[in-house]
Amino acid sequence: MPDDETNRRVLSGNEAIAHGAWAAGVQVASAYPGTPSTEILENIAKFSDVYCEWAVNEKVGMEVAIGASIAGSRALTAMKHVGLNVAMDPLMTFAYIGANGGMVVVTADDPGMHSSQNEQDNRHVARFGKLPMLEPSDSQECYDMVRAAIPMSEEFEVPVLIRTTTRVSHSSGIVDLGEFRRAPASGRKYSKDIARTIPVPMHARGMRVRLEEKLERLAEHAETSPFERWERGSRAIGIVASGIGYAHAREAFPDASFLKLGIVYPLPERRIRAFAASVERLLVVEEGDAFLEEQILALGIPVERPARSLRIGELDPDRLAALAAAVAGKDAPSPPAPLRGLPPRPPVLCPGCSHRGVFDSLHRLGATVTGDIGCYSLGAFAPLSAMDTVVCMGASVTAAHGMEKAGRTGRLAAVIGDSTFFHSGITGLLNMVYNRSRGTVVVLDNETTAMTGHQEHPGTGRTLQGQKTPKVAIEDVARGLGVRRVRVVDPYDLEATHAALKEEMDAPEPSVVVCRRPCILGARVKVEHRYAIDADRCSGCAVCLRLGCPALETSEDLAAKTGKPKARINAVLCAGCGLCVQVCRFDAVREEARS
Amino acid sequence: MNGIRNVSLVGVGGQGILLASEILCRVALLAGRDVKKSEVHGMAQRGGSVVSQVRVGERVHSPLVAVGATDFLVAFEKLEALRFAHFLKPDGLAIVNEQEIRPVTVSTGQAVWPADLDARLRSTFPRLDRVPALAIATGLGNVRVVNVVMIGALSRHLDFDEDLFPRAIEDLVPEKVRALNLRAFEAGRAAIPEPWV
Repeated sequence: MPDDETNRRVLSGNEAIAHGAWAAGVQVASAYPGTPSTEILENIAKFSDVYCEWAVNEKVGMEVAIGASIAGSRALTAMKHVGLNVAMDPLMTFAYIGANGGMVVVTADDPGMHSSQNEQDNRHVARFGKLPMLEPSDSQECYDMVRAAIPMSEEFEVPVLIRTTTRVSHSSGIVDLGEFRRAPASGRKYSKDIARTIPVPMHARGMRVRLEEKLERLAEHAETSPFERWERGSRAIGIVASGIGYAHAREAFPDASFLKLGIVYPLPERRIRAFAASVERLLVVEEGDAFLEEQILALGIPVERPARSLRIGELDPDRLAALAAAVAGKDAPSPPAPLRGLPPRPPVLCPGCSHRGVFDSLHRLGATVTGDIGCYSLGAFAPLSAMDTVVCMGASVTAAHGMEKAGRTGRLAAVIGDSTFFHSGITGLLNMVYNRSRGTVVVLDNETTAMTGHQEHPGTGRTLQGQKTPKVAIEDVARGLGVRRVRVVDPYDLEATHAALKEEMDAPEPSVVVCRRPCILGARVKVEHRYAIDADRCSGCAVCLRLGCPALETSEDLAAKTGKPKARINAVLCAGCGLCVQVCRFDAVREEARS
Repeated sequence: MNGIRNVSLVGVGGQGILLASEILCRVALLAGRDVKKSEVHGMAQRGGSVVSQVRVGERVHSPLVAVGATDFLVAFEKLEALRFAHFLKPDGLAIVNEQEIRPVTVSTGQAVWPADLDARLRSTFPRLDRVPALAIATGLGNVRVVNVVMIGALSRHLDFDEDLFPRAIEDLVPEKVRALNLRAFEAGRAAIPEPWV
């Protein structure tokens, strides 16, 4: 990206974190993709002097960063909020061991659940793990805070957490990169000292005490940190704010005084007391749980709580305007309402998606389907309606096993994507083999991590930085785990897919069906066919519409015999998968010459 | 341009809205203004309704535009224009691409496509610019430049120096499609004969 003359750039929060990581001298970065965190690693990877990798899952990414830190390097790992659940085990104990080279852990929370299954507030992890946490409110702070977190991690010898939320990670703003030089290396070396790196009980007890001491010193550090900003306005209302809540509140309360917190754990108690004493009314604005508010209340400082409803979902200017009205004792503003009666447009599987035929088959086979995390969660919705459960990464495999052992009869399948299979499907499959399951695992292998924007993984044969690497075949993994019934099918071939699924679900032993076709949105995929409906042949039977393809529409033209609307193919959207050709009983779908 | 200008770009996932909002941000940067942009990634992008918002001014804090505070609603699809009509200020301008993309909820019979869509656009938006962006892009040989055609149309209403847009486009699009995108921008600009005042 070309600069203007002053080294100011428009960067998203995630891009700014990547720039900050480079400038802070991060040498090793490892992460698994997950919205809204994915672009952090993708952008660090653009700096060729940082070793950067897609980890197989978040626990692996965390442990790689921990190893690098112990070895004396500066390290970063990043993940979405639920990804940190996967990585909690190493983090909780590394808190005791402590960092050698500076280490940053970015957790990107998703209030409002734009692309997640829950909206847990990972600020609690800071308190739970007794670790410091910084919370940026815009891209500039993302850049500045990563640069500050690395020296902080080295000074206090702890990993430092940075919490973003979706609107910080995926909003862009102008970032002044300053001189934008890479910090000199820390000079920290690894020297063997098992009392520091092996938390067996006799060592861990001492580590526990030292961690408390570190926290006390960190609280003192927060008292003078430049990220805790006192912005003097009217004394009538004072607001303690952090993260994106601060950005919205600055506009909703233009006259108020602000104590803008950058370090959200541990809190600077004296500064908060002084700020509270300087204003007549005190409010807290934060996105997520009452994390700051409850700690401030615990200090014995009265906080007005006019709007508990702000705890659920994402903050926005309208909710802050309603809060400002409530604080001023005015009626809530009534912004214009959306028009009613418009057809909803939920996200759907893309035209040409290789998962569509698999879900169509599972639906027709009447299977109970445990699902997983990825684009294919969309297979749950009408008209495909072919999924019963989603819990977390990998839970398709294990939940299907649990349902089977609970005595669930009838056809049963676990559906999991290729990247998710590598992330956490393998242990579940091994458990199935070991515990004499007869379940079927359907791997929707589109040869990429599609949902988060096409990241490489062990099955693609390429690393994050584009190097060739051995390609791990899912069918080989399955056989290696002891699965005897392993099949690979092309999900564009409906008949073969349907037959394979039926046969394997009916077989009395564990089986794996790999449905392999590259993601239609992938850069290397070209549209080879285009189809149109021959209106003279279409009977309006609507069988093709059960595929839920966005390129298939109903037309205004009614079929003479049935009086039902004929189908039509939107030529701009059609990706030429040919599923509609296979389901049409009237031979009404014709291939068009490609323009 | 006093105060903050709010632009909401709305449409269907896959229409190139993110690049359009990036171009606008780059223009604001080149013009020396403050700018904030928000958008969504992941699940929300898969063919669903998509919104990106850009706020330009001397100092911008929040990346989100309050409901009813949008100055320019740039709709890449007609139904989405109506869906986000409440975003617009009472005196705001809607710039609407003459393109219809029917959601799957219509083809599967879960919902009904509004028959009076054009009449509703006229009655909903007192200030409405209609842009045949799909036809223009098709004429240029690539439907994917609908987004830059729409930015061209929007540019007629913004008080940035005219040459900042081509500069931003050159900075942001790959070399091999640069000329195509610049033609798309000019065609979008030409589609709006007289800017509203």
